[in-house]
Amino acid sequence: MEENMEGKPGPAAEKPAPKPKKAEVGPRFVVSSSPHMHDGRTVAQIMRLVLIALAPAALFSIYIFGLDALRVILISIASAKIFEAISQKVMKRPITLRDGSAALTGLLLAMNLPSTSPWWLIVVGNFFAIVIAKQLYGGLGYNPFNPALVGRVVLLISFPVHMTARWVTNSRFGTDAVTAATPLTQMKESLATLGHIDIAFGREQIFDLLIGNRAGCLGETSIVLLALGGIFLIWKRVISYRIPVMFIGAVWAMTGIFHLIDPAHYADPSFHIITGGLFLGAIFMATDYVTSPVTRKGMLIFGAGCGVITVLIRLWGAYPEGVSFAILLMNAATPLIDRYTKPKVFGAVDSKKAAA
Amino acid sequence: MGNGRFFGGVHPSYNKGLSDSREVVEMPVPEKLVVFFAQNLGAPSQPVVKKGDEVKKGQVIAESGGFVSTPIHAPTSGKIDSIGVHPSPVGVDAPAAVIIPDGKDEWCEGCGVERSSEGLDAEKIKEIIHDNGVVGMGGATFPTHVKLSPPAGKKMDILIINGAECEPYLTADHRLMVEHAEGILDGAALFAAVIGVGSVIVAIEKNKPDAIEVMREAVAGREGFSVEAMEVIYPQGAEKQLIYAITKRKVPAGGLPMDVGVLVQNVGTALAACNAVRFNRPLIERVVTVTGSGIKEPKNVLARVGTRFEDLVKFCGGLEGDAAKCINGGPMMGVAQYSLDAAVTKGTSGLVILRQEEVAQFVSDACIRCARCLDACPMRLNPSALSIFTEKMRFEDASEYNVMDCIECGCCAYVCPSRRPMVHHFRRAKAEVRKLQRKAG
Repeated sequence: MEENMEGKPGPAAEKPAPKPKKAEVGPRFVVSSSPHMHDGRTVAQIMRLVLIALAPAALFSIYIFGLDALRVILISIASAKIFEAISQKVMKRPITLRDGSAALTGLLLAMNLPSTSPWWLIVVGNFFAIVIAKQLYGGLGYNPFNPALVGRVVLLISFPVHMTARWVTNSRFGTDAVTAATPLTQMKESLATLGHIDIAFGREQIFDLLIGNRAGCLGETSIVLLALGGIFLIWKRVISYRIPVMFIGAVWAMTGIFHLIDPAHYADPSFHIITGGLFLGAIFMATDYVTSPVTRKGMLIFGAGCGVITVLIRLWGAYPEGVSFAILLMNAATPLIDRYTKPKVFGAVDSKKAAA
Repeated sequence: MGNGRFFGGVHPSYNKGLSDSREVVEMPVPEKLVVFFAQNLGAPSQPVVKKGDEVKKGQVIAESGGFVSTPIHAPTSGKIDSIGVHPSPVGVDAPAAVIIPDGKDEWCEGCGVERSSEGLDAEKIKEIIHDNGVVGMGGATFPTHVKLSPPAGKKMDILIINGAECEPYLTADHRLMVEHAEGILDGAALFAAVIGVGSVIVAIEKNKPDAIEVMREAVAGREGFSVEAMEVIYPQGAEKQLIYAITKRKVPAGGLPMDVGVLVQNVGTALAACNAVRFNRPLIERVVTVTGSGIKEPKNVLARVGTRFEDLVKFCGGLEGDAAKCINGGPMMGVAQYSLDAAVTKGTSGLVILRQEEVAQFVSDACIRCARCLDACPMRLNPSALSIFTEKMRFEDASEYNVMDCIECGCCAYVCPSRRPMVHHFRRAKAEVRKLQRKAG
């Protein structure tokens, strides 16, 4: 309309008085609901920060396990992305590879696999993680269970030999690439055969465990680097301290009580927290936004629950390690936890007064 | 007392430097004014003029439509050109009078005349404030005389004069405090006298050091008056949060400030009340901060009520570059305008014009439950759950999760990485819950 008016300068010039007013149709603007500002944080940025936090531990796994670890990581990330793209294409949803969530799931699953994993094992794990646990439920935001953990647990149950019996201790620190049991397996086996736990836990072993000189999945070896990643995420306000601190704290406290009662059957609590996948699980898996509570109190309960279930499985379960199962079980409880820990609205009238 | 800290809140970039050192300039009366009849929260005012009437500046053109209502006055002298519907700044077409000024700007009889406030009793002061159309000028436009009329038995002991001005970009209240400290305090003294409180606290965010200094000097000789420098955090100026930050008193959910003995009035309202009582000047003009990267010369403009945004923009040098969004009010709670056809009302604190690169149009994604909104919400709600309930039309659940306590400050949507239109959801949910309540009650 505006153009029409301006396109005919002739008549307007002849009759300048009343017409121009109408021609001044104001410019049209973008209209949206308030607020009209945003802090700029995006889902992709958050995923990238988690990837960065995980990078030192991942790189270190390549250093200690060699190119085999790199192979596992690359196959895992690639297959996660391909499954994400294919399932979104098939379900006619927008393809959201750019948000980085599939890459993160792929990397997390890789961190949960031994370096000896055959390629098909990695692909099958990612199929369950991305297609079954995530996209079939509706994609990012709708999955009730942590996708990477679903992938891991499916593999653990279906292919126990590949997942638990082919650990390779690294060759970087002088040992040859031989099959060795994880510390938690050693503990459980000694308890079964000797009737008491038989693990060496001196200064040397503690040092080895902390830096990652031991058998295990790619990502569960270097406690120090995982902890640094966690501190980075808390500093960047990507995660809160609540879940990891409660998770690790609960494991430490509970195993500590049993150790005090009967040190012959129950290992030192410090041994429990720096072995297995506890740091990886507590910092990077249990804190997965979608599958953990949103309330502050809920996060505390969730973290503590994860810790208790982990200890129950480690001490009395059939598996040497219980972090994955613990997190998945607590994932199932998340909606309930959120419901019962609803934050109290500002100025909430307390129930006594309301009753009066 | 002392500085409490309310839960939540966010730190947007304030961008007040564009206009905070610019003195208020009076804008000449434009060629045409569009004066809306509904300019207060509550009942709309009832027009008492018709097309062709001559009006004087300050003459009542619409009377109160009830107790929670105020009259509307002619902002200048001139002729009523038409009465019809016009695009209002809140996005709907609303009834308004178009006035063509005669250029004389003549007061009607008795208006604009100084009078002594000595010997006026509380009822008389309230009456004058009502008759001069004073409403809350922080943006809510709640009639001031109603706030000054607590039901019997409600005792108040603190009056807070709200100069927090926590909305980014806006500097209207800031300039008022620097330039009209005495008038604001005189208005505050009138409020204090009406409701009988001894303690008057002027609350100012620390990012306005000059206003704090001027106000500190101005309160020096006044008994019971003090200035509180507040932490810079949005929404510091929200009534309930401000009261908590200053007094540690929590306004009960669903309650009013008077329930904890506090009255909050905006600095602009205090000045308007002072002008009404001392000079019998109706509320016909206000300071509007015209700012943003999309305007050539950002200014704090003293504009007549009814000034069309287009004229306001022209007065500030016109649009700059690819101006893409025009907001009535601040960018956190203001209303985006389709065009510049709407006009200044008593609640227009600013006109913020943003450029294309600042105006991102988002596609909202699924909630990833990151809990950033729970950390930001100053009312301690669960915006994540509320917004999902709204999407699923589960309004009973939204009500159970206290959606009615939402103050629509926008903190949740400001931090949401999935860019969910949360405030929009909650406005909808609140409307639906009100419908349900009406049905039930």
